[in-house]
Amino acid sequence: MSVLIFIDAADGHVKKASFEVLSYGSKVAEQLGTSAEAVVLGSVTEDLTSLGKYGVKKIHQVSNDLLNHLDSQVYTNVIAQVAQATGAKVIVFSNNVDGKAIAPRLSAKLKAGLVSGAVALPETASGFVVRKTVFSGKAFASISINTDIKIIALNPNAYQVTVGEGTAEVVPFNATVETAKVKVVNVSKASGEVPLTEAEIVVSAGRGMKGPENWGIIEDLAKALHAATACSRPVADAHWRPHNEHVGQTGIAIAPNLYIAVGISGAIQHLAGVNRSKIIVVINKDPEAPFFKAADYGIVGDAFEVVPKMTEAIKKIKG
Amino acid sequence: MKILVCISKTPDTTAKIAFTDNNTKFDTNGVQWIINPYDEWYSLVRAIELKEKDTSTAIHLVTVGGVDAEPIIRKALALGGDEAFRINADSHDSYYIASQIAEIANQGSYDIIFTGKETIDYNGSSIGGLLAGLLNKPYVALATKFELSGTKAVVTREVDGGEEVCEVELPVVVSCQKGIAEQRIPNMRGIMAARTKPLKVSEPVAADTLTSITSFSLPPAKAGVKLVPADNVEELVRLLHEEAKAF
Repeated sequence: MSVLIFIDAADGHVKKASFEVLSYGSKVAEQLGTSAEAVVLGSVTEDLTSLGKYGVKKIHQVSNDLLNHLDSQVYTNVIAQVAQATGAKVIVFSNNVDGKAIAPRLSAKLKAGLVSGAVALPETASGFVVRKTVFSGKAFASISINTDIKIIALNPNAYQVTVGEGTAEVVPFNATVETAKVKVVNVSKASGEVPLTEAEIVVSAGRGMKGPENWGIIEDLAKALHAATACSRPVADAHWRPHNEHVGQTGIAIAPNLYIAVGISGAIQHLAGVNRSKIIVVINKDPEAPFFKAADYGIVGDAFEVVPKMTEAIKKIKG
Repeated sequence: MKILVCISKTPDTTAKIAFTDNNTKFDTNGVQWIINPYDEWYSLVRAIELKEKDTSTAIHLVTVGGVDAEPIIRKALALGGDEAFRINADSHDSYYIASQIAEIANQGSYDIIFTGKETIDYNGSSIGGLLAGLLNKPYVALATKFELSGTKAVVTREVDGGEEVCEVELPVVVSCQKGIAEQRIPNMRGIMAARTKPLKVSEPVAADTLTSITSFSLPPAKAGVKLVPADNVEELVRLLHEEAKAF
């Protein structure tokens, strides 16, 4: 018996979301009195043994070039082999883009109950109950997993990374890997930018910016904070900003440490996508903007004056 | 070309979220029901667009739900499906729901199965993957573009920090999100036509449920906003840095 954690890597690097699931999965293993093991697929250039500091004892690596791109079918079959070999009773994924593609498929293959969007450690005193967000962050549901093998997909930024001592033993795992049916023909990634779902700080702007040509001050603020940029739905619909920046109920749901909303009124659909942010700052010239009710800090004022001043003040502090 | 579009009934995006029965059931009192936006705006509309390019395409819709799901499936038919299936079952377990849809999918030999990337009520993001797993078909999650090229689908999907273009031989299961199509509104002709389109109701097949909801809860209310005057931006930045330790 073990807890098996899926380490998500891309382009040879372990993603930040993986540190969260490693910390989480190790804690689950501790709770269940068993060991935490992990699986990583494809080529990884980074040192994997150091991931032991998150509590994992053993990492099974399937280094096969066929696994350098995600095909959920191929990945699922390989992870299932590792799960079987390690006698995994709990399998943990991040509920990120890759976890969403693999975890449900593995659930079908192993007939293992899945809770996706988990935000807390399972209650294991009697049964196995996991809390997850529902209604786009407006509520939580506690879900009991009633199968022998359990799968959890942990929401990004929902669990605090814990760093301790220790190194992990990395062992090659010899798995049968079939050829992918989904063939990746082109990859376009914005280099150097922080992916929205992994960002600790997000600067977001709405219709109050009046037009796409005014986004310079938003990008400057984001740069000063090493933040990702986001936008509201009307802005994405008007093609002022790309669709992948749209946060909200029908866009991307995020939970950064700091969310700065500029010129966004705060419609309930927008709030649903951002209300798990730890600190919310609202800058809006309309004191009646509903967003202020959901905010921790706010300024009633003109974004075109306030935002550049913020950038300056932040630069001063950061030196 | 045969396309199956999975449709789910969800509360309207502005619905008040409350619970009854000692916080074990969603309070449906006064709730307006809609087609799950990801199912409607993205997967269904993309299917309709594909049919407009190749009119021999058949679009079938499927929903798992009670009789109260019928207005939703009729609305989806008004937008453009050809016929619909309703599996008369009520469940919140995604494995059970996917098993029911898999049954319909197996009977219809579809080239494409579209789902929304998630429902806005239970946010599982799991029906597409479960379905692909049960059917043993390729699956592309979180698609932002979908094109056909002969017997292949060319799908753009979200990855961390960007996008990937993939090619896959049909049949394929795809979960759709923003970017893949533009929202439409049903017209009067569609609404009239939907009344006579076939809506077949079938009883569920035997399937297991792997999970169950034990309770719901609401997040704690915010303490209230701390407002800083607009002429003292430095103070806001100081608070964020020193008090909130947010950067």
